[in-house]
Amino acid sequence: MEKIYSRTKGLRADVVGGFCPGCMHSTVMKLIGEVLEEMNLFERAACVLGIGCCGLHMDYMSFDNITSPHGRACAVATGIKRSSPDSLVFTYQGDGDFAAIGLGESMSAANRGENISVIFVNNGIYGMTGGQMAPTTLMGMRASTAPAGRTAKEHGYPMHMCEILNQLTAPAYIERTSCNTPQNTLKTKKAIAKAFQNQLEGKGFSMVEIVTSCPTNWGMDALGALEYINEKMLAEFPLGVIRDAREG
Amino acid sequence: MARIFMKGCEAIAESAVRAGCRFFAGYPITPQNEIPEYLSRRMPEVGGVFVQGESEIASVSMVYGAASAGCRSMTSSSSPGIALKSEGVSYCASARVPMVYANISRGGPGVGSIQPAQMDYLQATKASGNGGFEMMVFAPASVQEAADMTYKAFDYADRDRNPVLILCDGVIGTLMEPVELPEMKTSEEVAAIKNSKKPWSCIGHGSDYATRAWIQPGQWSTVTQQQENEKAAALYESWRKNDARAEEYLTEDAEVVITAYGISARVSKTVVDILRARGKKIGLIRPITVHPFPVQSFERLDYSRVKAVLDVEMAIPALMAQDVEKAVGDRAPIHTCLCSGGNIMKKERVLAAAEKLFELVK
Amino acid sequence: METNLLVAGFGGQGVMVLGKLLSHAACDSGQKNVTFFPSYGAEQRGGTANCYVVISDDAIGVPVGDTMDDLIVMNDPSLNKFIGALKPSGNLFVNSSIVKEEIKRSDISVVKAPVTELSLKLGNPKVLNVIMLGVYVGYTNIVDEAVVEEVIARQLGKNADLIPLNREAFHMGLDIGKERRKA
Repeated sequence: MEKIYSRTKGLRADVVGGFCPGCMHSTVMKLIGEVLEEMNLFERAACVLGIGCCGLHMDYMSFDNITSPHGRACAVATGIKRSSPDSLVFTYQGDGDFAAIGLGESMSAANRGENISVIFVNNGIYGMTGGQMAPTTLMGMRASTAPAGRTAKEHGYPMHMCEILNQLTAPAYIERTSCNTPQNTLKTKKAIAKAFQNQLEGKGFSMVEIVTSCPTNWGMDALGALEYINEKMLAEFPLGVIRDAREG
Repeated sequence: MARIFMKGCEAIAESAVRAGCRFFAGYPITPQNEIPEYLSRRMPEVGGVFVQGESEIASVSMVYGAASAGCRSMTSSSSPGIALKSEGVSYCASARVPMVYANISRGGPGVGSIQPAQMDYLQATKASGNGGFEMMVFAPASVQEAADMTYKAFDYADRDRNPVLILCDGVIGTLMEPVELPEMKTSEEVAAIKNSKKPWSCIGHGSDYATRAWIQPGQWSTVTQQQENEKAAALYESWRKNDARAEEYLTEDAEVVITAYGISARVSKTVVDILRARGKKIGLIRPITVHPFPVQSFERLDYSRVKAVLDVEMAIPALMAQDVEKAVGDRAPIHTCLCSGGNIMKKERVLAAAEKLFELVK
Repeated sequence: METNLLVAGFGGQGVMVLGKLLSHAACDSGQKNVTFFPSYGAEQRGGTANCYVVISDDAIGVPVGDTMDDLIVMNDPSLNKFIGALKPSGNLFVNSSIVKEEIKRSDISVVKAPVTELSLKLGNPKVLNVIMLGVYVGYTNIVDEAVVEEVIARQLGKNADLIPLNREAFHMGLDIGKERRKA
């Protein structure tokens, strides 16, 4: 029989990931592995993992990685890329890492136009620590630190990182995608490939925000979480290319 | 080699370049601004990288990244900024990533005073971040030593795969003196150092889990975490045996022994000379490594002669005195001569304190 | 032999440059030890500036001492602040264009030079510190004047046009200093 699909070499063959059912972290890392494989980049790939569920990848992925202090992934990536310019350096960060504790590092790396790629996984909640409120938590959405749900008066509004970064002059490419449907998952893969290609071409800072789910901390099953993405998350975080210097 | 008249901060910066440092990230804070300013000019000349980070935290994280890519890397700051760097330093220590950083220290706590002080002793030697890690900490007492120690610090960092700290008070950092700079490593030597780190540096190794580079500042497994802690503890223990350094000056027949580091030691040495000229039996122990603390130097003292030890520090309360007390035990009383707030230790104060001790022990 | 010198004045009077030029010259003069310590504050402009220079044949233990052998003051606040630090029989160098207060101590040597006026005569108020450096070197002979002249050309020579001016300023000061030493 002809083999038409196999697991990417980017993921270890001998272990099963420990992510919750319906979690999209494994989907996104699979896409990254596929892109690296198709672009023949494993020999050059250095992944900077954020803190939180992102960090769980370290034991499932098969290529070089470093765990950064919480929020500092873009600064760590800056250090690697500047001192090892031939490496393909990308961060893999959640919403707390990229948009809360690491906001300064994220904005500043983007503003410098660092030639790195950022994979920003936004599920609107803190996962590993147990469902606390994130900068991207939706209005009214319950969190373990906002038991009555997010309110404007107390917590302000969800942060739209793509649109915020789009205020800067330097970034080369900013796109928001999701993995809620097969079509969107394919678009995410293309976006990741583009972010990597930009780096190879020296275009500067590229960021792909991927809207995902956290069924466990959202208190839903996997299908319910998909519906929630469709109905709520994407209403707040519309998909699409926000900046593409090649088109602009 | 020719003497150059140079500021402590600049000598540190130039020595780092000569030692093969090719990445520096830092953030402005007085009194260490000459280090980043110097390297912003110097790094491009040698194909190195200078980045002004958006904060001390970002800067040390950049250094963590660059060092993890195998590049000799450095950051610097002054006391409150060093506190911010504790996160990244702890990560480097945990992941066993070699890096060098300098604290051109000023008054504290808090924003403190921008003038020189030695208030960061305990932070530097006991807890430079979370998690009980240790580092070798060098304390220069001259611009020449600041240059030489920085140069050597990179070798120690690579040998141990651990951070190394240059604890340099604001006087030595700001002072200009003639200095003979260490030899410039050739670009071949610099490349060879980087290549030697390739097996573990996070720059891309393919897709084989067994041979990939994995910079791991923590462990999921409690078993392996304990193993890592045990390995680190063995390393720290080896320093206490092999790497503690001190200058012992006229201690053999001393009845009063001053102990001090950095600029305080230099002032104290002058006082020793003044009192020796008057026939007083006085000596000095100057820790060159404040961590590991040179306990051996205190062991070598002849306590049948030593009547008192005088701890001289630009810190209130006394900080190094805690280590001195541990080293001396109940074999001799320990007195202190202190100043802080950015005031520089005065010869007259130390002289008066030492003379008073001779009165007391008569 | 060790000489402790304190140079003090307004920020902008070139106090630090004066101290540095002298220190560089001492460094270049064979095996002399020398330290230069700038006192630093939070202000970038204005305020008072001062620096400590120690030149010695032996190792220097105290780069920032309490008692000065020589004191250069460029303004009244500096005179008031530091006159007490000058040892008996010490040398006080005064910018007499600016310092108007009476010098009350009689146990010291006072060398007055109107360096602000002289600099204006030379057409550039910035060279007052180089004139004062000349006065100090001429009076004390602490370092070889030829070495100082080389240092001035090297350190202030970024703009080649200014080298003759600085040389002239230095010699103007030297003459005053030497004259006063003879007197």
